[in-house]
Amino acid sequence: MSIAEQGVAIAEAPSDDIVLDVRDLQTYFFLRRGIVKAVDGVSFALRRGEVLGLVGESGCGKSLTALSIMRLLPKGSARTIHGEVLLNGEDILEKTPNEMREIRGRKISMILQDPQTSLNPVFTIGEQLREAIFRRTRGRTREVMREAVAALRRVDIAAPEQRLGQFPHQMSGGMKQRVVGAISISGRPEVLIADEPTTALDVTIQLQYLKLLKRLQEETRMAILFITHDFGVVARMCDRVAVMYAGRIVECGPVDQVFDNPSHPYTQALIASVPKMTGSTERLYTIEGQPPSLMDLPVGCRFAPRCPYADQRCLAAYPPSFTVGAEHTADCWRMTAA
Amino acid sequence: MKRYIVYRMLQGVVLLCMVATIVFFLGRLTGNPVDLMLPEDATAEDRVSMIKALGLDGPLHEQFLIFVNNALHGDLGTSIRMRQPAVEAFFDRLPNTLAIIPWALLMAMVIGIPLGVIAALNRGNMIDRAAGSVAVLGIAMPSFWLGILLIYVFSVELGWLPSGRMGGPAHYVLPVITLGAFLVAGFMRLIRSSMLEVMESEFVKLARIKGMSEAVVVWKHCLRNALIPVLTLWGVFVGNLITGAIVTETVFAWPGVGRLTYEAVIFRDFPLLQAVIILKAVLILSINLFVDILYAYVDPRIRLA
Repeated sequence: MSIAEQGVAIAEAPSDDIVLDVRDLQTYFFLRRGIVKAVDGVSFALRRGEVLGLVGESGCGKSLTALSIMRLLPKGSARTIHGEVLLNGEDILEKTPNEMREIRGRKISMILQDPQTSLNPVFTIGEQLREAIFRRTRGRTREVMREAVAALRRVDIAAPEQRLGQFPHQMSGGMKQRVVGAISISGRPEVLIADEPTTALDVTIQLQYLKLLKRLQEETRMAILFITHDFGVVARMCDRVAVMYAGRIVECGPVDQVFDNPSHPYTQALIASVPKMTGSTERLYTIEGQPPSLMDLPVGCRFAPRCPYADQRCLAAYPPSFTVGAEHTADCWRMTAA
Repeated sequence: MKRYIVYRMLQGVVLLCMVATIVFFLGRLTGNPVDLMLPEDATAEDRVSMIKALGLDGPLHEQFLIFVNNALHGDLGTSIRMRQPAVEAFFDRLPNTLAIIPWALLMAMVIGIPLGVIAALNRGNMIDRAAGSVAVLGIAMPSFWLGILLIYVFSVELGWLPSGRMGGPAHYVLPVITLGAFLVAGFMRLIRSSMLEVMESEFVKLARIKGMSEAVVVWKHCLRNALIPVLTLWGVFVGNLITGAIVTETVFAWPGVGRLTYEAVIFRDFPLLQAVIILKAVLILSINLFVDILYAYVDPRIRLA
């Protein structure tokens, strides 16, 4: 079989090999003022070698979903109270802290949003990479350092030997984020969560970084959960997309299907509000109103108060997931009519 | 860096001038040393001649000018009581003080830093409050009282440790504890607050994402960053110890510069008092400068700036 044929085979028949399966995840903040239902019943599955986009506006629970999966919630008030996170079929929410530590970095890893603060300012890049590589290989210093150089080269850092001895403040933001990437994937994880990895970067290097991530993903066949608020990035990076609103996924499906046939009014509104470069746009489209307070969620559909199509049914009960097309679902009562 | 050091030294000189002026006039507010030196039956003539011999007869501003002139020539006068050049007296005693200060500092750090880390890790619960209480105890107990208490328990009652004077290692234990206790709280509270800040950092999250153990995350990634503000205050702490030594050395009859300062005040030994205070100021200023230079080596971000 030629390489081209293999490529076609992979593209045409996405394996059903699910590596990460999140089921009905609920993470709440327990505050004195009340309970903030930041993640309230999130379910999705991630296949091996797939890039799944998780899209939504700020505060909809994207990052907290990621931290719940990593079990790195901010200490204190936040707790995952319900759900399963199955990694290769095993629920990692059930693991002991020690077992979880073994999983982090090696099975599942994460790139954080802000490269300026993601690296420890008092250690060299080399030391921060060494720690991560040594954990996997337990090799001799020289071998670990050779791998560190290779890891930096893989993320397109020039003169990696010299960079190893440098401190984070001696590098640009884009370069730091590539180092963070190198560190995050140095344990050869099966799943990488990228939490808005390009949001803090200059527009000019955002594209560069996305291409790098895409290339690394193709080389390693790791699955990526790509968190973003940018539909443009979704179109470029992802195979499938899940749209999140007020702590829940409201629509999920292959990227082209969701773009061609957005079925949830919120998805439609989001796509409509992406500025288009073609045609004469008079005004930017905006969604009226504000997302509901996560402390006081409506009984019915959470988007209903802002939805132009909302009726009695929407206010009365939260809609189930309706199938729109192959692998394409939307949580909207209007789907029953179709 | 060179320019910075020169600038700091000039700053130090200005500060020293102010210290010298203040100690000169403040010392003279305490009264006349002659009253303490002469026997009760001394005549008025004896008194006058003694005042003249000590150079205390002219108007205050003239005395000050003489003092400044001599000081500029490197002469800080002769101790009235010890009849020894004041500078020499200071340097004779200095090694004895320097023999306890590093131990006190070490003790304060060895107890205070882990206590601060543990308090930060247990923020808000019983352990945090217990650690805080231990630290506050160190501040709340005045050195003279703690010193006497320790002497009472360990020397008088239990007879385990000597109550004072210099000697073998056992002689160091009580003075070091008394001197260091006061700083434990300083280190503890500083480390606690800077740890709490550092633990929220994204780089700590990344260390956990890498799968580092809690011990490495806390004691390496967090503590190294949390130590930076401590180092900044290191100079201040050493300064505290040098001043704190006055009480501790007096309680334990320890022949260091602290006790020398105390004696100079009690006997109104003006030249000695002036010399001791000025030389201590020089010492503290030098340590602070040294620490600031050291700081640049610990925090790489400052090194290049």
